[in-house]
Amino acid sequence: MATLDSKIPSGPLADKWRKHKTEIKLVNPSNKRKYEVIVVGAGLAGASAASTLADLGYKVKNFVFHDSPRRAHSIAAQGGINAAKNYQNDGDSVHRLFYDTLKGGDYRAREANVHRLAEVSVNIIDQCAALGVPFAREYGGLLANRSFGGAQVSRTFYARGQTGQQLLLGAYSSLSRTVGAGLVDLHTHSEMLDLVVVNGHAKGIIVRNLITGEISRHSADAVILATGGYGNVYNLSTYARGSNATAIMRAYRRGACLANPCYTQIHPTCIPVSGDYQSKLTLMSESLRNDGRVWAPKNPADRLKAPGEIAEQDRDYFLERLYPSFGNLCPRDVASRAAKRACDEGRGAGESGLGVYLDFADAIKRLGENGVRERYGNLFDIYHEITAESAYQTPMRIYPAVHYTMGGLWVDYNLMSNIPGLFVLGEANFSDHGSNRLGASALMQGLADGYFVIPYTIGDYLAGQKPGSRPSADAAEFKTAEDEIRGVTTRFLASKGKEPVSHFHKRLGKLMWEYCGMARTKQGLETALQKIPALREEFQTNVKVPGSGDTLNQSLEQAGRVADFIDLGELLARDALAREESCGGHFREEHQHPDGECKRDDDQFSHVAAWEYQGEGRAPVRNVEALNYEFVKMSVRNYK
Amino acid sequence: MVAEHSSKNFGITLRVWRQAGPTQPGRFVDYQSQDLNPNMSFLEMLDVVNDELTRKGEEPIAFAHDCREGICGTCACTINGKPHGPGKGVATCQVYMRAFRDGDVVTVEPFRAAAFPVIKDLVIDRSAFDRIQQAGGFITARAGSAPEANALPVPKPDADLAMDAAVCIGCGACVAACKNASAMLFVAAKVSHLGLMPQGQAERDRRVLAMVGVMDAEGFGNCTNQYECSAACPKLISHDFIARMNRDYFTASLRAAVKPASSGASGGA
Repeated sequence: MATLDSKIPSGPLADKWRKHKTEIKLVNPSNKRKYEVIVVGAGLAGASAASTLADLGYKVKNFVFHDSPRRAHSIAAQGGINAAKNYQNDGDSVHRLFYDTLKGGDYRAREANVHRLAEVSVNIIDQCAALGVPFAREYGGLLANRSFGGAQVSRTFYARGQTGQQLLLGAYSSLSRTVGAGLVDLHTHSEMLDLVVVNGHAKGIIVRNLITGEISRHSADAVILATGGYGNVYNLSTYARGSNATAIMRAYRRGACLANPCYTQIHPTCIPVSGDYQSKLTLMSESLRNDGRVWAPKNPADRLKAPGEIAEQDRDYFLERLYPSFGNLCPRDVASRAAKRACDEGRGAGESGLGVYLDFADAIKRLGENGVRERYGNLFDIYHEITAESAYQTPMRIYPAVHYTMGGLWVDYNLMSNIPGLFVLGEANFSDHGSNRLGASALMQGLADGYFVIPYTIGDYLAGQKPGSRPSADAAEFKTAEDEIRGVTTRFLASKGKEPVSHFHKRLGKLMWEYCGMARTKQGLETALQKIPALREEFQTNVKVPGSGDTLNQSLEQAGRVADFIDLGELLARDALAREESCGGHFREEHQHPDGECKRDDDQFSHVAAWEYQGEGRAPVRNVEALNYEFVKMSVRNYK
Repeated sequence: MVAEHSSKNFGITLRVWRQAGPTQPGRFVDYQSQDLNPNMSFLEMLDVVNDELTRKGEEPIAFAHDCREGICGTCACTINGKPHGPGKGVATCQVYMRAFRDGDVVTVEPFRAAAFPVIKDLVIDRSAFDRIQQAGGFITARAGSAPEANALPVPKPDADLAMDAAVCIGCGACVAACKNASAMLFVAAKVSHLGLMPQGQAERDRRVLAMVGVMDAEGFGNCTNQYECSAACPKLISHDFIARMNRDYFTASLRAAVKPASSGASGGA
């Protein structure tokens, strides 16, 4: 059994991080250049970590599977980033951001981690502004804010509907600066295919160059994974098509615990599925709920009518009705389930019955069409591109879709996994969002981890490693790992199957959505746990991977990723089955209040479930880290 | 998963550039793509074609894509001679099959430019853009050293204009659309974004000189004011930024020529 020591510092909540920073070990400046650190991924967390560690003096190697670090999927985040600046003078504070985030996560995150996140949020805005991120401003030149779900203050900073893009390009600019200065050795088109563990410590990775097929070994004193979330286990999601779980799954198979995989976020406002060929679901930012009103027809008979033909009194503004104090800005999991319930009652709009309306008619009356365009123009344009409809004239039709994963590799307060020397940042770790993430908090966490946490905590580990003691890439562990990877590649290319990789990814996705989606049952999860192994077996015998291993081969890349998604999907279902409660994004139909809200079981389940691999074909072990709330009382979330 | 707006399905002939590797010759190959739904995206149509090719045991068409919502800048196809195809202000991934008609012959090739060599089929190497960024596309600000964000107000019109430039997705359509394969719009967007912000003033001269220097060294051509770049840009970035960059470059060159530089040798304790 792995030992899960969260290493949360003692002392008052608000002093923990400050105290920890003064107590952890430091690495002497002249010694820093003797340490090599591998960073995998260059999204907000990876790019900010790589450039910051390089500025500190460490030798950094950065690996990305994209053609450029600027492509990482952080780029697609639309709405904004939270920070407890209280520029609006509306009562915000570090404590309120902490509390909102903890409550939004349905009391399934660590208090100390979330408080640190809220503390450094203010530094993130300073840092991004210094890098030239063109945040929205007021006429006086000061920074503007808007509101997001789960909060009663306006603390979200934004750059039109492209905040993720601008923050990522800020981090990319720092990364580019450090690459240009020779401080970071950047490897593009390079996919991590294994983690190398030597004497129990993470000391390197195996990488495949996606253009040449070359497989190479890289040793280091520490390895940082910042490889994002695993939402593509559902195939259809708002993730980029390339987003994958391969790095975290390979680390899992090397002994890193994977925590709370069943905590998946279904975002309420996405463009509904239109056909079987579909490859991607597109998000309509949560910021739209500042001004858009969500409704469904009251009467199932109206659901095929054009929305304009449904009279005001025949519309059910169900979020405003059910949650009067938060209204359209209730948290994502709450809004998604409410939309699902409306559709389950036969009131869903459109032929598929899977859609509700997001209506801007009132906002247009209040602000004028140009006022709405200034706030959300690019989102309305995206909607128009995809649906050929103008949301200025007719309400958007939306439906929930997979958008984020709160689960991920288990890490302690230092963001180190249970494998010493392996650090995990951003969406790839499980740490800060509990069982539901609030809007505009993903960007905050990615940058907090990369700019302000890892630069301190990695030193504490490295100070205990003798400079120059890292193993050579010729060590036996590297050779074994490389041979295994070559074996997998050869097997895929030799497979005599008939179906393309996408065929299996689609089937896995449908299975996951049906049995492990917005509402889960014991029976459904057990069905999933029977069907997934069968799918795995069929995948192994019937997949077709054309081409060779020594050129760009996108089928081969996908085959490896889908194999990992199948294993992850099984683990997700297993975790969902074991968690006999409902919390945040994990909703078990057996555990709900009479009004359909989540019913937590704090006596049995106020813990982190961290799964430990036991070898192929053997059931993983479910380790538990108790969540000890010292400062906040766990209560029933109430947005009414 | 029911098809909505189920208007009539149709078929096209796809004429695709196939090239096995950077040094191999390429050629156009025709494929029939049938049973297309007008609500499919162009890339989803390619997915379907690729699945059919795979089932037949042929190698699928390599094409670059990722976010499929027009923001990551990965996709880069020239469709019927237009970078990112029909439609204004969209990337390849935002082209929908409703833009085509039954029986159309649709030509697909990679973005063409000497500085963007073909890797395979429709996939090109745009690392030259990264090298331009690495030369100067940044404001030096180490984490931990930043002043309070509201200590430095930025006039809203400047911030808005900077944002107009900063929306560049680095796709390279501007280069592909230009008869000179010029990267001026791409470079001007970054130079203008950072040059418009008060934070960007300290490195303004150095930035424009360094970025333009690498741009030239990478083999991109010059601007001859045809503005095809802006027309092809998925974010419709204005060619006015090129004029702004030229002014910056000119003044930076002058200052570099006349301004005495510190020898750096005498100071220090």
